[in-house]
Amino acid sequence: MNIHHTKHHQTYVGNINKAVEANDILKGKSIEELCAAASALPPECATVVRNSGGGHWNHTFFWQCMAAPGSTNGPSAELKAKIDASFGSIDEMKNKFNAAAAGRFGSGWAWLGQQEDGTLVITSTANQDNPLMAGIAEPCVPLLGLDVWEHAYYLKYQNRRPEYIANFWNVVNWDYVNGNLK
Amino acid sequence: MTSAVRRSAFSTSRAFSAAALPDLPYDYNALAPIISPEIMELHHKKHHAAYVTNFNIAMEKYADAEAKGDLAAMIALQGAIKFNGGGHVNHSIFWQNLAPVKDCAPPSGELASSIEADFGSLDAMITKFNGSAAGVQGSGWGWLGYNKETGKLQIATTANQDPCSTTGLVPLLGIDVWEHAYYLQYKNVRPDYLKAVWQVVNWSDVGARLAAAK
Repeated sequence: MNIHHTKHHQTYVGNINKAVEANDILKGKSIEELCAAASALPPECATVVRNSGGGHWNHTFFWQCMAAPGSTNGPSAELKAKIDASFGSIDEMKNKFNAAAAGRFGSGWAWLGQQEDGTLVITSTANQDNPLMAGIAEPCVPLLGLDVWEHAYYLKYQNRRPEYIANFWNVVNWDYVNGNLK
Repeated sequence: MTSAVRRSAFSTSRAFSAAALPDLPYDYNALAPIISPEIMELHHKKHHAAYVTNFNIAMEKYADAEAKGDLAAMIALQGAIKFNGGGHVNHSIFWQNLAPVKDCAPPSGELASSIEADFGSLDAMITKFNGSAAGVQGSGWGWLGYNKETGKLQIATTANQDPCSTTGLVPLLGIDVWEHAYYLQYKNVRPDYLKAVWQVVNWSDVGARLAAAK
């Protein structure tokens, strides 16, 4: 957690700030707006926004997606209903999420998201791409995300990514996920 | 160390033999302190072994799909073949590219003159290589490759387990910059790993690959 926050996330913050300072076209935009615009930016900005802007948004979101084990209450009735409607059950949703997380080759993220029509989806993205990035990822409102870059789990789980993924559910902050629902 | 040799019953007329995990040419502790024994063992026994296993599984499924004429399935399997086959190809080169410090001598002969001709000096080549390799976003590899058309050495990077051949170059030297290659020892400081790793580069293997490519 320490290295992930103080080194990796910190580096993304430093890099995106440097990029914004150096490129007027990026100024005056929120991090969400930068991510949404990533695919349309000129090449010299697009890469850093995608990697470091995405990295900053993703990790900020990720920290909020987690809480001490047992400290939150689980999916709200509203979220549970949507999960059941979209996947059949919470367990089915978890199976699908776990498969997406384990199956993301290389670095990336797994997401539980909500589409415009209200249905829930599970997707994964490469590197620091996220569902806010129109034209890059399948659009949805992120409800829950899981970092599957090796740096997120290697010190504790080494190559055993599936074990990391399975244990992730113990620290999911359901209050936050519930609140992300539109 | 024993190789995990897998013989599969491929029901195909094509002569595909299952991939096998190659032995390392040295012990797991041979590259310490540049690359720790723990990293070497995990990297070989777990990561590379998994690529071999999953490549063989994908190829078996591919043979089945091909026998059934199931083109959709064949296409769907190509990602897994590329990931895992590439992982096997890349790591097989990597283990040979490295050697214990005591067995590493500087580049000589044609390799040395090519490096000088195409980069100015060994240091200049390393600086360029490390710049590219450090800049790989996410997982991938840094490569020193040979361009058959121009006859020159070139630096390239590939994402994930894409083999060097996808850049059009013949691989001479690959440095794995997936986090699993260095994280336990160097943590997030990939540049430190890149600075150190040159101490265990087996230039005679690199030179042999160049000679073979020419």
